[in-house]
Amino acid sequence: MKTRVYVTLKNGVLDPQGKAIHHALEGLGFSGVNDVRAGKLIELDLADGVSEGDIDAMCKQLLANTVIENYRIEKAA
Amino acid sequence: MKSAVIVFPGSNCDRDMAVALEQVSGVKSVMVWHRETELPEDLDLIAIPGGFSYGDYLRSGAMAAQSPVMRAVKEAADRGVSVLGVCNGFQILTEARMLPGALMRNSGLSYICREVDLKVENSQSSFTSRYQAGEEIVIPVAHHDGNYTADEETLDRLEGEGRVAFRYSGEVNGSARDIAGIINESGNVLGMMPHPERMIDPAHGRTDGRRLFEGMLEAIG
Repeated sequence: MKTRVYVTLKNGVLDPQGKAIHHALEGLGFSGVNDVRAGKLIELDLADGVSEGDIDAMCKQLLANTVIENYRIEKAA
Repeated sequence: MKSAVIVFPGSNCDRDMAVALEQVSGVKSVMVWHRETELPEDLDLIAIPGGFSYGDYLRSGAMAAQSPVMRAVKEAADRGVSVLGVCNGFQILTEARMLPGALMRNSGLSYICREVDLKVENSQSSFTSRYQAGEEIVIPVAHHDGNYTADEETLDRLEGEGRVAFRYSGEVNGSARDIAGIINESGNVLGMMPHPERMIDPAHGRTDGRRLFEGMLEAIG
């Protein structure tokens, strides 16, 4: 079972990398970019029987630092 | 002062830390590999050194914080053993939730390796008693992820409880309130981005970091 975990910075946490990407896009002449936030995508290939609770625990304990990051779990169809 | 230095794959300041501890205390540190589940008995201090544990994969310090040895470090800290985390050690302590907040990519995105001016904010702790409050010292930094972040409530609490040990005297890496080092609630865990162990010998140019080790020796034995 393929599962994707999206890790993003919480609202209000400054994102230096997103800011740099934003500046670079402007430097390339792309206008109309209001803001950029950079995050991570982690793909898990899970055995049958791994519960949602297990995945949630993986996110909380390791995949995301919940002090600064949010996570979203997306199961592949 | 009986001390241990924790060594992770990718630690690179472990030897410098051990040299500093031995020079000041006269007692050799025990090097403890990250897979160990137990620490030597009767430790006074556990040092978590700088470096790039696990290649900084996922987040700096994230993997190391889950190492078997960190469980033992947490238990020791709960019993009152002093813990000093420098640079990657500070990142590991925040990832292990032994200190609040997080260390993010430097605001300028560049790796910063230079001497910085620091202000000693708290000279009452068992780590900083050899400094004067408000004293300006110079200690080197060498990091990519030193941008200290915490919510306003946490920052206010740290300030209110005198738990900001060191502050940068000017903008360095984007850290909230220029925080360079913090102490835990019980006062026995210090995390700091600058490297005091790199400034202990006249051959280093200055010896401003030496008093941190001397203070620890005096306070914790």
